[in-house]
Amino acid sequence: MSDKEMREVYNDTLVELAARDGNIVVLEADLMRASGTKSFSDRYPKRTFNVGAAESNMVGIAAGLSAVGKIPFAASFACFAARRAYDQFFISANYTRLNVKLVGTDPGVAAALSGGTHMSFEDIGLMRNIPQLIVMDPCDPVSLKQLILQSAYHKGCTYMRLYRKPAGVIYNEQEEIEIGKGTVLKDGEDLTLIACGVIMVPEAIRAAKMLEEKGISAAVIDMHTIKPIDGDLVLRYAKRTAAVLTCENHQIYNGLGSAVAEVLSENHPTLLKRIGVNDEFGEVGSEDYLRQRFGMTAVNIFENAIRMFK
Amino acid sequence: MEQDEIASLKKKAKEIRKLTIDSIGFLGVGHIGGCMSIIEILTLLYYRHMKIDPKNPNMRNRDMLVISKGHAGPAIYSVLADKGFFPKEWLHTLNVGGTRLPSHCDKNLTPGIDMSTGSLGQGMSTAIGLALGNRLDAVDSTVYLIIGDGETNEGQIWEGAMAAAQFKLNNLIAFTDYNKMQLDGYVHEIMNIEDLNAKWISFGWFVQRVNGHDFFEIDMAVERAKQEEHRPAMIILDTIKGKGVFFAERNLSNHNMKFDSALAKEAIAELEKDSVS
Repeated sequence: MSDKEMREVYNDTLVELAARDGNIVVLEADLMRASGTKSFSDRYPKRTFNVGAAESNMVGIAAGLSAVGKIPFAASFACFAARRAYDQFFISANYTRLNVKLVGTDPGVAAALSGGTHMSFEDIGLMRNIPQLIVMDPCDPVSLKQLILQSAYHKGCTYMRLYRKPAGVIYNEQEEIEIGKGTVLKDGEDLTLIACGVIMVPEAIRAAKMLEEKGISAAVIDMHTIKPIDGDLVLRYAKRTAAVLTCENHQIYNGLGSAVAEVLSENHPTLLKRIGVNDEFGEVGSEDYLRQRFGMTAVNIFENAIRMFK
Repeated sequence: MEQDEIASLKKKAKEIRKLTIDSIGFLGVGHIGGCMSIIEILTLLYYRHMKIDPKNPNMRNRDMLVISKGHAGPAIYSVLADKGFFPKEWLHTLNVGGTRLPSHCDKNLTPGIDMSTGSLGQGMSTAIGLALGNRLDAVDSTVYLIIGDGETNEGQIWEGAMAAAQFKLNNLIAFTDYNKMQLDGYVHEIMNIEDLNAKWISFGWFVQRVNGHDFFEIDMAVERAKQEEHRPAMIILDTIKGKGVFFAERNLSNHNMKFDSALAKEAIAELEKDSVS
């Protein structure tokens, strides 16, 4: 797969699924153009439901559909999917043990020119608190496709962040990506970098290269599933390396960093540095500007790593 | 509907009322007001209209009911027990730890409950989802929905109202239990919802308004609603919160009240005396 718009992968994977499974349905809340599901709706108009700007309604309808056997993928901007429709997702979908696949697009700084009101730095945190929910932040088109396919047949609700724009391919097509299992992208002996999502995984890989040049061997793990976190993998590397750094396009509260901290503290206390947003609100800017602004860069990871290693 | 059928439904409604008063009284506290106001509609639906099978509560082509005002669980539980979805003994386990009959309707705990509800407004959307799913599967069944008047304050009700009309959901028949009281007081004083008929009409629904305790009127409205081919139907039921329970009727605190088995027995005895249900 070459660099592909992640939302194209979302749409195409759903179209592929829908061709062999009549239960796949898609829901939108007036963001079909943003999610990229127009071609799904052209192919399967009867299986597409656009409810207009009514996210709570969308999630409830998805829940109802799943109660009669449909497999609904419902998308909106992560800020709305997570914050606005939270009670509906919590109760109608999860508490009721139904089968809604909720997708939060433009996570974190990817919201860019939409600005601070649309910038979700807390969606992973909110979602982690929903019992038994699967929470994912895929980093590339290959893993995205695999995780969508697995989400469809997971028995229960899932929440997935979806970066919409083109993303570089990190995995080869044969790689086995599994919900709940982190992937070691690069092995290392000195430090462990655990990252998730399109923004931070490539930065962690770049930071590891920079560290290598300084003679520091850093492992890089793609923790695409933040819940359930792959605790075994975290501990394996915590025991092998001196310290752990987590890298996320999210607050350092309640997201990947917190999930990793929980595993470490209870099992193998390890020096940890969480890289992400430091209790700040989002703001408007290009994605590049915002990455710099919130320290979501290889340089920042590198500098923090060096400091820790000392 | 013939006179003898109406009489039989009234008799059944009285039984259901008694079972409900008894179950709440046994526990000592409950949503007696909003349970009593929907006894007639529940009786009509389950004993005259709904295609259901207590031996097969999940049969795909069944008619479904979403009680969006989920706190009225005790009322529907009496119906389901009487119909044989579960043993009558369960009614005395209302809200006891580990029960199959919780405060708010739970589809995973109680046989015969089609959707979990409790956070007001949400049943509106899930009912639409069920109706859309039935349409996709070409299942010939109706989704019934009961919402409250206080619940009508919730924005999600109106999100759903727009969507149901947009999607031309002719297999969705909704009822508003318009008992004129919400938790903190009279609806018109807390958050007025009038002109309620006009609101639903303007949202594109087929609207009827009936006496919510008159079987003949409600039945006519349901039959008429079933004929709609291009839009969802709303039947606004004018009801009395606490209907049939002397200490609850028109009592401003009747949303959720404490009362024991002794008082429950008194209320049941009063019901017995009444020739009109």
